[in-house]
Amino acid sequence: MDPIRVITKNCIGCKLCIKSCPFDAIALTGPLVEGRTDRNTAVIDLGKCTLCGACVEACKRYNAIVITRRTFKGQEVSAYSGIAIFAEHRRGKIASVVPEIIGAARDLAKQRASTVSAILVGSGVRAFTDELLSYGVDEIWMIDNPSIGDFDEDVQADLVSEILLEKKPEVFLGGGTVVGRSLLPRVAARILTGLTADCTELSIDQESQLLKQTRPAFGGNIMATILTQNHRPQMATVRHKVMTPAAKVSDPKGKVIELNHIKVPKSKLEFLEFVEEKTATVNLVEADVIVSGGRGIKDPKNFDLIEKLALTTGGAVGASRAAVDAGWIPYSHQVGQTGKTVKPTVYIACGISGAIQHLAGMKASDMIIAINSDPNAPIFDVAHYGIVGDLFQVVPELIRRLEAS
Amino acid sequence: MKVFVCIKQVPDTTNVRINPETNTLVREGVQSIINPFDVYALEEGVRLKEKHGGTVTVITMGPPQAADALRDAIALGADNAYLVSDRAFAGADTLATAYALACTVRKLGGADVILMGRQAIDGDTGQVGPGVAENLGISHITDIRKIEEISDSRIVVERLLEDGYARLAARLPVVLTVVKEINTPRLPSLKGKLAAKKAEIPVLKASDVDADVERLGLNGSPTQVMKIFTPTRPSGGKKFTGEPASTVGALLSELTLAGISIRKNGK
Amino acid sequence: MNYFLTEEQTMIRDLAAQIAREKIAPRAAELDESGEFPWDIVQAMAKSDLYRVFIPTEYEGLGGGCFEMCLAVEELSRACGGISLSYAASALGTIPIILFGSEEQKKKYLPRLAAGEVLAAFGLTEPNAGSDAAGIKTTARADGDSYVINGTKQWITNGGEASIYTVIALTDPTRGMRGSSAIIVEKGTPGFEFGKKENKMGIRASATRELVFQDCRVPKSNVLAKEGMGFLVAMRTLDQSRPGVASQAVGIAQGALDKAIEYSRERHQFGKSISSFQGIQFLLADMATQVEAARALTYAAARAIDSGEKDVSRISAMAKVFASDTAMKVTTDAVQVFGGYGYMKDYPVEKMMRDAKITQIYEGTNQIQREVIALNLIKESVRGARARA
Repeated sequence: MDPIRVITKNCIGCKLCIKSCPFDAIALTGPLVEGRTDRNTAVIDLGKCTLCGACVEACKRYNAIVITRRTFKGQEVSAYSGIAIFAEHRRGKIASVVPEIIGAARDLAKQRASTVSAILVGSGVRAFTDELLSYGVDEIWMIDNPSIGDFDEDVQADLVSEILLEKKPEVFLGGGTVVGRSLLPRVAARILTGLTADCTELSIDQESQLLKQTRPAFGGNIMATILTQNHRPQMATVRHKVMTPAAKVSDPKGKVIELNHIKVPKSKLEFLEFVEEKTATVNLVEADVIVSGGRGIKDPKNFDLIEKLALTTGGAVGASRAAVDAGWIPYSHQVGQTGKTVKPTVYIACGISGAIQHLAGMKASDMIIAINSDPNAPIFDVAHYGIVGDLFQVVPELIRRLEAS
Repeated sequence: MKVFVCIKQVPDTTNVRINPETNTLVREGVQSIINPFDVYALEEGVRLKEKHGGTVTVITMGPPQAADALRDAIALGADNAYLVSDRAFAGADTLATAYALACTVRKLGGADVILMGRQAIDGDTGQVGPGVAENLGISHITDIRKIEEISDSRIVVERLLEDGYARLAARLPVVLTVVKEINTPRLPSLKGKLAAKKAEIPVLKASDVDADVERLGLNGSPTQVMKIFTPTRPSGGKKFTGEPASTVGALLSELTLAGISIRKNGK
Repeated sequence: MNYFLTEEQTMIRDLAAQIAREKIAPRAAELDESGEFPWDIVQAMAKSDLYRVFIPTEYEGLGGGCFEMCLAVEELSRACGGISLSYAASALGTIPIILFGSEEQKKKYLPRLAAGEVLAAFGLTEPNAGSDAAGIKTTARADGDSYVINGTKQWITNGGEASIYTVIALTDPTRGMRGSSAIIVEKGTPGFEFGKKENKMGIRASATRELVFQDCRVPKSNVLAKEGMGFLVAMRTLDQSRPGVASQAVGIAQGALDKAIEYSRERHQFGKSISSFQGIQFLLADMATQVEAARALTYAAARAIDSGEKDVSRISAMAKVFASDTAMKVTTDAVQVFGGYGYMKDYPVEKMMRDAKITQIYEGTNQIQREVIALNLIKESVRGARARA
């Protein structure tokens, strides 16, 4: 049976469902409404429908749309408790997202009156236990074994799966890092449970006590709230810089539990080498973040400030025509009509007035932040956020704050 | 060399907008395209075939119109295409999708390398690749930016990480998800487009791929969407005036609230 | 707007538009400035099978005709009228071989041209023989199994970049133009050199050079059709290539119109967008009408040629003269819409105006085109009168 269907005899063709559907999945192309010759009933296009239920809600009065939510048999929900997190680490350091997911986990644990645990597997990882406990983790489930290489992701997935099956936390969180987005899906597919990627909000639903997982969809145009009702653990990943890091506890009371009975398998992957790459100038057109300088830079050496902000944001350096013409920066950095057209996630325009020909090159950026001393500069018309101020004060402050966090 | 490429037909989300009055997605005039990351995967697959011989088979799980994406893929160099389509698949989350695709790859048989893009631009989860590998019981590596070498049984790749890249080797068959750094995709060719027009694209139903119906579609999806809403977007721009310490602080708070990070690698 | 294209024609047009958008548009301004020949774009077009469009299927082409070629040229020209010449001028150089080549010659040259492996060019014009094509002085003296070519051709598009040249030379100087022959000369043949690259007002991304022949020896088998048919080959070739120039002009005009409309919406004066003012609206309306008319005439000429109609000179000349005059007017008006900004090289329209000018000049100046039209009108009138008599 289809997961969603229209009960034709209840449908009066009022179109409330069509108006409520964010995905344009409903049309009045069904059989005629009972007793009418001028109106048809609703039909749902399964290809476009995401089963979000907005139409069911809209059709409350007539109850003409029904979603049958069933899932294949999941785990025994009542046997699961506690909030667990994946303590990702590599090359001697805990991943920077980990304190943030611990922060989120602690909030959830409070809401569920339960504890926070961290899964820590690898070689020499006991060196991280103090740090993790200092963030308020109650238990560390650890496998410290010299044969687990930093890059043996398949072994890590095996061990994490085993630990989850044994310890049965009801929630398992990981970072939306390169590794997190590779390892957690493998684990979820292994133990057959639900995983929601890149959550921007995590909370416990009052009524159902389920983990409400909220994330952006359709390139960020809409937000979706997702539940994993019948399967455990409820898994989610969270990107860096989305959640607030856990505050350090003055008197850590957590303990370390070594799970050495779990057999460590041999990796099927062969690690050859790791090559560190810290490129100071990320390719301009491909960059996710671009920091651009304009006439307001006033002097070529001041471009160092722009470069520093670019480095701090992991972005590329751009420039307006004014700066390029003045010879302050090479033409290859020029953004605009006769320079490059860019569409980064974030475009930070410093000391750029916002002439049409510059806007032509960057106005499609997802987010535009403008810093200019002139409150009437046209750039503020297209900027999502603007700071009116002296860029020589604002940019250093911005760098300082970003580096501190 | 038998290469499989899993592609997804997606709306061009770069052109999707919200109607401010109705708070619904404006899909009119928004084209359906092959997920851009999958185009890179397809290009890599075609290059492997050109270098080592063999075939490139594209598969997609989707509604009937997803066949258009498969034809586009043929115009870009794929040899065969299969549409995995069945009402039983409707409402699938990434677990159910990965299961269905894995059943298909297993049924068609003979895969050496299974490629796909690192994520789809509508869902952005990146979860299907690892899921397919798990279901097939083979290795997977994500974020591939280069295939260095490949033999009958072994492949050496460069995997892009936040702070550099790792060189790894895996045994075939293997699932690889690729990033855009891996190549520059070719444009379609006219001969390819003509072939695509004439191509026969078999439609595989759940029973054709020996899939357990319990594990498909909404029923096979542990995660289910409960609510959709439009995010609060900055309208007309927010301007902060005052001392740098306070304006910068205010800006960063706003960004965090909107779920946007400008900290390096923070997206 | 629906031009009632077949599926395959739509495919060709859309692919050319995609190449224009993704490969040409991003580099148009840069290549206009540097004058560099766009080999990477040629390769992208070749890989997409664009050069196959107008070549018969027997020689690895797609079997399209003049119309299909025009669809491609227009879309490419919309992004850059100079870069599009690396396609259109090669088509011009290929047409003589398609129309008059022997089976052997077609087998030898067309597959490589279809694959876009090499480009073609057409050499007729000389320093003292432009409109007066009959005044050419380049000779091809018979010597045993070969011809020895001496002379200079001027302003040859793709000169120096193309590999295959169809050159019109006098095999019998005593008979004037009737003593000319069309001869294929390949780049690299000893005695065949190129002059310096011309520094042009517009279409700067296309290569324009002199062809210099000094005792250049080519086999007699390189003659197209027969000795003495050079003039005919040239005239028939130009008949068929004129819609190509026309579509280049239509493309340039359309590109300028698109930019003008966009700009008029963005530019605000007196508290409104300038697109709110009737002065601008009327200008845009006239521009758009002219472009549509030019397109219609170009399509009509191309279809006439493809239908096998014998007498296509008049319609072909009409398309060329109307489209090129339209391009010049529309691009000038586009600059006007942009106002001061339109005069600046930072904005794309001044380049389009510079590019448009040549379409009124080459492949037969618009004055010559008018002569062709007038003579054909009179001829038809005479014929009509005789028929009624």
